[in-house]
Amino acid sequence: MNIKINGENRDLGAIDPQTPLLWALRDELGLVGTKFGCGISQCGACSVLVNNASVKSCSFPVSSVGDAEVTTIEGLAESNGDLNPVQQAWVDLDVAQCGYCQSGQVMAAEALLRTNPNPTDDEIDQAMATNICRCGTYIRIRQAVKTAASHLAASE
Amino acid sequence: MTTLNYDDIADVVDTVTAGREDAIATSSRIRIVKLDRRQFLKMTGAVGGGLMLSFSAPKALSASSSDAFQPNGYVKINSAGIVLYAKNPEIGQGVKTSLPMIIAEELDAAWEDVSVEQSRIDQAAYGMQFAGGSTAIPMNWDALRRAGATARAMLVEAAAKRWNVSTDSLTTERSHVIHASSGKRAAYLDLASEAASLPVPSADSVSLKDAKNFQILGKRITGVDNEGLMRGEPLFGIDQNVPGMKYAVYQKCDSIGGSVVSANLDEIKTMNGVLDAFVLDGNGNAGELLPGVAIVADNTWSAIQAKRALKIEWDESDASKDSWSNAMQEAERLRHESGPRVVDTGDVDKAFDDSTKQVSGFYRYAFASHAQLEPENCTASFKDGQLELWAPTQTPGAAIMSAAKVVGIQPNGVTLHQTRCGGGFGRRLYNDFTCEAAAIAKRAGMPVKLQWTREDDMAYDLYRAGGFHQMHGSVDEGGKITGWRDRFITFTNDGNRPVSGGGISPNVFPGGLLENVRVEQTALEWKNRCAAWRAPGSNVFAFVVGSFLHELAHIASRDHLDVLLEVLGEARQLGPRGMHTGRAANVVKLAAEKAGWGRELGDGRGMGIAFYYSHAGHIAEVADVSVTADKKVDVHKVTVAADVGPIVNLSGAENQVQGSVIDGLSTMFNLAVSFENGRVQQNNFDRYSLLRMPSAPEVEVHFVESDYPPTGLGEPAFPPLAPAVYNAIFEASGHRARTMPISEEGYSLA
Repeated sequence: MNIKINGENRDLGAIDPQTPLLWALRDELGLVGTKFGCGISQCGACSVLVNNASVKSCSFPVSSVGDAEVTTIEGLAESNGDLNPVQQAWVDLDVAQCGYCQSGQVMAAEALLRTNPNPTDDEIDQAMATNICRCGTYIRIRQAVKTAASHLAASE
Repeated sequence: MTTLNYDDIADVVDTVTAGREDAIATSSRIRIVKLDRRQFLKMTGAVGGGLMLSFSAPKALSASSSDAFQPNGYVKINSAGIVLYAKNPEIGQGVKTSLPMIIAEELDAAWEDVSVEQSRIDQAAYGMQFAGGSTAIPMNWDALRRAGATARAMLVEAAAKRWNVSTDSLTTERSHVIHASSGKRAAYLDLASEAASLPVPSADSVSLKDAKNFQILGKRITGVDNEGLMRGEPLFGIDQNVPGMKYAVYQKCDSIGGSVVSANLDEIKTMNGVLDAFVLDGNGNAGELLPGVAIVADNTWSAIQAKRALKIEWDESDASKDSWSNAMQEAERLRHESGPRVVDTGDVDKAFDDSTKQVSGFYRYAFASHAQLEPENCTASFKDGQLELWAPTQTPGAAIMSAAKVVGIQPNGVTLHQTRCGGGFGRRLYNDFTCEAAAIAKRAGMPVKLQWTREDDMAYDLYRAGGFHQMHGSVDEGGKITGWRDRFITFTNDGNRPVSGGGISPNVFPGGLLENVRVEQTALEWKNRCAAWRAPGSNVFAFVVGSFLHELAHIASRDHLDVLLEVLGEARQLGPRGMHTGRAANVVKLAAEKAGWGRELGDGRGMGIAFYYSHAGHIAEVADVSVTADKKVDVHKVTVAADVGPIVNLSGAENQVQGSVIDGLSTMFNLAVSFENGRVQQNNFDRYSLLRMPSAPEVEVHFVESDYPPTGLGEPAFPPLAPAVYNAIFEASGHRARTMPISEEGYSLA
């Protein structure tokens, strides 16, 4: 099986097609930025983009990817290697505590901003409600989404 | 040197929790109640005193290697740069950044010149290396300052020799030594090889900066792993990958204590991707290795699929039959009976007889799971009688000891690589998962990464114990609190003493502040393990005492703020590690002032205040909430005032406080695990509802920067949140909720 991840075609060999995308990324491709938290689409630690939508990769069979483009936290940086505006906002605002959920949070924020580049507070809260932060960094996540949105707006 | 073993950990967490150092000794006078037989088994005798803690000193290693200046285990400088070593596990409390900040300050390095690495686990060199009890800052503050200052002194000495001037004529600034009168400057990097040839001075002989000259401490510094997190680097335990590594899972009995009679191993071994499957008998220590079935596979998914296909016959004759509903019934009976007194000061009976008004309340809180977001995992390799572990643990020293025991080698045959931890909250103080990984790697004969599922994680946690308090109190004619009685019902795992977090002492607030106080304690026997959970003891006692103080203020028809300040009384220190009432009153007043205490809020809205002292932190919180008729609670804002001494990293400190408030809200509203027939009834996040972003309130944080010794902030901001919100709900609605989580009384977050 072949899937397109972070702009590259990757060969998954004779992988069980029911394997969740999460484990294909982590165990087969070594892309460990996408995290395992619950296995039942509750926590969002495993969030990745399939095309432009945030998907819980723990419950998304690798066979369902088809021709779609998968983007993980490893594929988010700019082509020159710089962090993208969402990642940079997370670093600058020092969002993380343990940091385990944050790659999923960033992917959920990226999905929101791709479809709604200027979200209201309420839209941010609703979009990010899919992702749990056990350390409780929601106040900074909210700020970071806004900061990223304003940087994106300024660069256009 | 003290080395922690498993059994000591709970003691250490209790012991290092400032203000509760005598919790262990006083908790020994309790009665133990066996739930199924409904009879008192024994009154235990006194147990030994607390553990002595060894405080780490920066032991000088063989001064320096040829190419690098390494005056101690914390600093390495060569032409490539300045490396500072973070000695303790990072679990989200920020110590991988804050501890090196302390070194860098006294080294007088520019923070941007510094790179930080996790140190090796070597307790001979570093002293105790662990994450627990909010102790990293207070236990290492002085030693790390001296480690940085020692390196700085040697770099100054090297420059003095090079320029043939006195050390007194030299200053340092931003990773350079400067000779002002000649205008000469030398970078630390250029002086490193010369400094390396000098003798290392005694750490006690070096001079430390005056706090007013701090350049780094107290500033906002962003986490050293932030960029790595954003690039998906393999920082966590779960991210480890070693040559030849396979993937393992381990199935234990749903009811703790069950052992394997038989399992369909032959069938499992034929499954796609499965390499091996076998039974482990356990070693009789639930904190190390419980009996179960191990599966080793080519990848995690195959291992999980095979685990789901397991058919195991369990012998449950010794397994847990714990029942939360039975415990609640028993507590309902026991709350009407007096129990052994663990605290009895003044004359409580007379205070009640002489009082003008009295009030009673029966408080209850559920068990809770840690639910750190990274499920337990450990990578292990056992080869030629040597064990190597890659472990997301809070207690690497204890992990080495217990894993060595499980695989039958000496501790010096174990190398442990400390990884970042995806949350801890106390769960990773206990090393059952590292023991399992070690045993499976040895038996399978190949390196394995053991992965627990979320269901494993919730079924085999060491829970925050539930508990019950029948409170009774009185006030006199002037509305002053005169009598206080807490009939406390907790749990015991070993039949001798309360579980960690279930020990209550005379120092538990408001103990030591009121004249007539009685605390009675009973412990119910309980098989499912209970242990330290963020701010052990304090996380539940604060809810009870902080709420009941408000009940007393209410029957006295007095403002809760006035009563709180009256209880604190004149400024004084209560015991060497106890609270300081002046610092307490300061934060209470500051939180009230910043929140606008006393202003008109309108119908259905109210403010509540609470103070709690734990982990040497004095913290007051004010909650401003609205409550609807159908018990929907909107928390508009939480205002926090904290005195934890000097702040190390302002960004990290503020983050810890905000996170503690949100964790506190999450826990008081929704978090409960219950047990029936020994089995946990909630096994994933669909039934254990952690707070999500739409419910996160505004949190305003104010620090009182005092000159007292610094303490940590992983825990002390957690306890005051629940009582502040319960009190605010009462002010808004007139209804006194006494159950945690409050969802069990029908409340929910808007």
